[in-house]
Amino acid sequence: MKGKFGISVLLALCLVMFVGPGSALADEDDEVAAAGVEGTARADKLDACVAPTAFMRRNHFELIEHQRDITVHEGIRKTDNSLAGCIDCHVRHDAAGQYVPVNAQGEFCSACHEYVGASLDCFTCHATKPTGTE
Amino acid sequence: MSQPIDKQRRAFLATASGAAAATAVAPGVFLHAVAEAAPRDSAVSDSVRYGMLIDTSKCAEGCTDCVSACDRENGLDMLLKPEGASDQHWDMQRPRWIRQVKLKNNLTGRVTALPMMCQHCEHPPCVDVCPTGASFRRADGIVMVDRHTCIGCRYCMMACPYNARSFIHESVRLKPTATPRGKGCVESCNFCVHRLDNGGTTTACQDACQHGAIVFGDLRDPNSAVSKALAQYPSEQIRADLKLNTGVRYTDI
Ligand code: HEC
Ligand code: HEC
Ligand code: HEC
Repeated sequence: MKGKFGISVLLALCLVMFVGPGSALADEDDEVAAAGVEGTARADKLDACVAPTAFMRRNHFELIEHQRDITVHEGIRKTDNSLAGCIDCHVRHDAAGQYVPVNAQGEFCSACHEYVGASLDCFTCHATKPTGTE
Repeated sequence: MSQPIDKQRRAFLATASGAAAATAVAPGVFLHAVAEAAPRDSAVSDSVRYGMLIDTSKCAEGCTDCVSACDRENGLDMLLKPEGASDQHWDMQRPRWIRQVKLKNNLTGRVTALPMMCQHCEHPPCVDVCPTGASFRRADGIVMVDRHTCIGCRYCMMACPYNARSFIHESVRLKPTATPRGKGCVESCNFCVHRLDNGGTTTACQDACQHGAIVFGDLRDPNSAVSKALAQYPSEQIRADLKLNTGVRYTDI
C-alpha cells in the first residue's frame, strides 16, 4: 500500500508534466502560469518536510486543517504547519525567476490533487505564492 | 470549537476585582496582570479582554486616516470595484471594517464624527444568530468570523446593531498572504488579530491616528493605557441599552 501510493504519485507527476499547458486550475487572476523549473523550490534543497514524508503524503491536509483551526480560534501562530509555510517552501520559480503559483497545473499542491480528483477551495482565498506581506 | 466561557471563573474574578475596589471601570472589566510574548505558541485565554476607547472630541471631522490605515493593513484596498458597477454602488457595498459615522443630537443639533467598527461585544448578537459557529468570540474578547465555516448567509449582518460587518460579493483577484479572503464570506474588524498573535500590541487604526483619539489594550489589566483612560474619563457604550457590554467605548458623544 505504502509503496503503491508513492509510485502512483510519481506517475501522476510524470503524467502531468507531459500534459503540458492547457486549461489549468490556476487562479483566474494569475497570468497563464509558466512552468515551474525543477529544483527551484526551497523544499528541493532540503531532505525533510515538517513531518516524515510518508506521513505527509497521507495526512498533510489534517495537519493544515488542524493548524487552521488553532490559528483562527486560539491565535497560535508559532508553528511549522502554517499554510503560508507550506507554500513558502514548496513554491517553484519559472525560468525567469518568478514564482509559479503552487496550484498551477503540475505544481506541487496541484499535481497529486489533479491525479486523485481532489479539488480544494483553499486558494480562492489563500495566496498561491509568497507575497511578502506576512 | 469555539471557546467555552467559564462563567464561574468570570463571576469569581468579578467579585475579586470588586473587592480590589477602584479598578472596576465598567461592568465586566476587571483587573488581571498579564504579559504574553509572541508569536503565540499557546491558546489565547480570557485573562485578557481586548478593548478600545475612542475620544470623539479628538476625532477631526473629515479625517479618514484610521479608515485608510485599516484598509491597507487588512488588504481591503486590494479589492477592486466590479466591472460595470457605479461608484455609488461600490461605495455602498465595498467591504470596510471601519466606517466614519456622523451622529447628530436632534435636540441640541450637536454633531459628532466617530469611527464605527465591530464593537467586540461580550454578548455578540452576530454569534447568537450564526447557524454554523463561524461567527465567534475568541477567549480574549475578539469577535470574528472563521471564514472556513462561514456559509455567507449574512444573518450576522442583519443582527449586528452597529452595521459593522461586510460581505465579499465578488471573487478576490489580488490575494496577499497575510489577508486571505474570498467571495461569499462575511468579515469585520478583528482588532488586527494577526498583529496581536505575533506579539504586536497596537492596531493599525490606533497607529494611524495623529490626534491620539484611539487607545487600545487589555481591559482586564488595570495598568493598560485603555483601562487607565477608562478610569479617568467618562465613557459610553453605543446602544448601551442593548446590554451587549461592548469592548469599544466612546467618550464625548
Ligand atoms: C473564504 C476564504 C478562505 C478559504 C476558502 C480558506 N481560508 Fe484559510 N484562512 C482564511 C482567513 C481569512 C484566515 C485568517 C488569516 C489570519 O488571521 O492570518 C485563514 C487562515 C488559515 C490558516 C492559518 C494561517 C496559515 O497560513 O497557516 C490555515 C492553516 C488555513 N487558513 C488553511 C486553509 C485550508 C487548508 C483551506 C482549504 C481547505 C482554507 N484555509 C480555505 C480564509 C480562507
Ligand atoms: C521547510 C520546507 C518545507 C515546509 C515548510 C513544508 N515542506 Fe513539505 N516537503 C519538504 C521537503 C524537503 C519534502 C521532500 C521530503 C523527501 O524528499 O522525502 C517535502 C515533502 C512533502 C510532501 C510529500 C511529497 C511527495 O512527493 O510525496 C507533501 C505532501 C508535503 N511536503 C506537503 C507539505 C505541506 C502540506 C506543508 C505545510 C504544512 C509542507 N509540506 C511544508 C519541505 C517542506
Ligand atoms: C503526494 C501527493 C500530494 C501533494 C504533493 C499534495 N497533496 Fe493535498 N491531497 C492529496 C490527496 C491524495 C488528497 C485527498 C485525500 C482524500 O480525499 O482522502 C489531498 C487532499 C488535500 C486537502 C483536503 C481537501 C479536502 O477537500 O478535504 C488539502 C487541504 C490539501 N490536500 C492541501 C495540499 C496543499 C496545500 C499542498 C501543497 C503544499 C498539497 N495538498 C500537496 C495529495 C497531495
